[in-house]
Amino acid sequence: MASVTIRDVKKAFGSTQVIHGVTVSIDDGEFVVLVGPSGCGKSTLLRMIAGLENITGGEIRIGERVVNNVPPKERDIAMVFQNYALYPHMTVAANMAFSLKLRGAPKAETDERVNRAADILGLKPLLERFPRQLSGGQRQRVAMGRAIVRDPQVFLFDEPLSNLDAKLRVAMRTEIKELHQRLKTTTVYVTHDQIEAMTMADKIVVMHDGIVEQIGTPLDLYDKPENQFVAGFIGSPAMNFLKGQIKANGSAGFTGPNGVRLPLQAAPTNSEGRPAVYGIRPEHFTIADDGAEAEIVVVEPTGSETQVFAKLGGEEVVAVFRERHKFEPGDKVRLKPDPALVHLFDEQTGKRLNA
Amino acid sequence: MADIALDSRAARRPVRDASAWDRLKVNRDWLAVWFMLPAMAFLILFLAYPLGLGIWISFTDAKIGRPGEYIGFENYEWLWEDSIFWLSVFNTLLYTFVASAIKFAVGLYLALLLNENMPFKAILRALVLIPFIVPTVLSALAFWWIFDAQFSIISWSLRHLDLITENINFLGDVNWARGCVIFANIWRGVPFVAITLLAGLQTVQPSLYEAATIDGATKWQMFRHITYPLLTPIIAVVMTFSVLFTFTDFQLIWAMTRGGPVNATHLMATLSYQRAIIAGQLGEGAAISSAMIPFLLAAIMVSWFGLQRRKWQHGEAND
Repeated sequence: MASVTIRDVKKAFGSTQVIHGVTVSIDDGEFVVLVGPSGCGKSTLLRMIAGLENITGGEIRIGERVVNNVPPKERDIAMVFQNYALYPHMTVAANMAFSLKLRGAPKAETDERVNRAADILGLKPLLERFPRQLSGGQRQRVAMGRAIVRDPQVFLFDEPLSNLDAKLRVAMRTEIKELHQRLKTTTVYVTHDQIEAMTMADKIVVMHDGIVEQIGTPLDLYDKPENQFVAGFIGSPAMNFLKGQIKANGSAGFTGPNGVRLPLQAAPTNSEGRPAVYGIRPEHFTIADDGAEAEIVVVEPTGSETQVFAKLGGEEVVAVFRERHKFEPGDKVRLKPDPALVHLFDEQTGKRLNA
Repeated sequence: MADIALDSRAARRPVRDASAWDRLKVNRDWLAVWFMLPAMAFLILFLAYPLGLGIWISFTDAKIGRPGEYIGFENYEWLWEDSIFWLSVFNTLLYTFVASAIKFAVGLYLALLLNENMPFKAILRALVLIPFIVPTVLSALAFWWIFDAQFSIISWSLRHLDLITENINFLGDVNWARGCVIFANIWRGVPFVAITLLAGLQTVQPSLYEAATIDGATKWQMFRHITYPLLTPIIAVVMTFSVLFTFTDFQLIWAMTRGGPVNATHLMATLSYQRAIIAGQLGEGAAISSAMIPFLLAAIMVSWFGLQRRKWQHGEAND
């Protein structure tokens, strides 16, 4: 096992720069998730750690060793691909044993390692099958088995669950997390799904347009997003954003679209009249008499909770309630954001304004 | 919304048992027969009939201008005793094996080369196809000149480089002649093999190579353990066709050597043509042609078993 240090790494394909100086440090045994919308450079970064892409600038270390010019096979990493990349003409056992075979490991050792990995992943009955004869989840597990067998310093996962159906994805999520808790191998996991990131990570790196937006634990990112991008990306349904001005003189508040009054616990210093973006998560609305008037547009019950889309000051917002309200489209309700859980962002830079 | 309830008038319509003709009208198999008919007629007329006729003539003593009588296996008996026939069989086998093996090796090498990322890839791929596009007789004539006893550009160059003192008798010497026709055949056949294998190579998922890179495979190990096994089904198809085309080759030989010198390059196809058309012995020529059938069947059988879908290619079934 080893730590991974990424220092000011840049990547350009021809004249197009896709990663603009990314710095992340990953501790030994940590489960780090790189998350971001497609095209943000997360997969490219992972492939640079793997050695499948050249590093244009900066430095990547695995353990103490700078690996910029080390070929993939000497980096002692294992990777799980989005489409699994199982060798179709080899059985499950042969797929898992392939790297050991290339290394010229003795047969007894190979068998033992394959069997151990198969045990961990419940692949024992499938060892003689070919990839074609497996279901998506089983293939996924074989791909992980192939990684485990090598007992590498670092596991790299490139969107490993995106080809699975929703139910299986949730199950495999847990399985990968369990696996990590058991093996304690440093893991870098790439996904575009913020739920996957939130549920699995020790530490999340949110990327956007080739830069790191924020690094932190899942709850850090949820509670204190450093900027409007992270705030909108983490959490589902996404945070509501309302443009307006801060009212700092007298009791703090916020004037939203069409003069709608929104509560604020404390205004940042010297911010009277400052244009800003008011962020409130759907789950942090309550129905209260002193709330702002909103007109319900759509009601979507999911069973455990109800999502309500409503017009607040002319802007559509989403609110999520665990209680079962009897709402109909067209009803007027009074929505009150929880002032302690309000996020304020600079209108231009998107930077967080409140503590 | 569609009205799924039955129209009341339709429901009341008197019921009549479907006649055999009614059933035939909606029978898809019957329809399929009609669709297949034009293709079938074409194949019967231009493929099955000539083949059958050829085999029939091989059992007769037909000559040009004389229909001929049934003589059983006499033509074959004569051929059995005929050393020239056996020489042509040997030549054909040699020609086919050597040319096909080299075509495969060179074609695979070219395919692997063209599959790499390199500048002018599209142009290079197009260039490789040129020998395939040029009409056979045209390229054969070009080779005829290249290998000419007097005007050969090869002899000329070598002489000017002081490597030889007199012209090489390319098409006049037994071994040289065999080498030359095989070379010409390879030149013509490589593009087909290369382009088809290239198409096969492009069906291999790039991520498999990435996975193998991380697994620690060298370039050679990737070829040996991934590219080659995944390519075998296509190799089987390409090589079957290549062998069939080479075995039945006629144009190239006829334009370059006419089977000479001293029958050293006579293939079964050229010998058959010489005996049947030039010499007018239709029955004997047909017998030589028919004698190719067992060899071709054998080649097809080999590829049939080679083509059998490997276990790993079988469907998704969870057995």
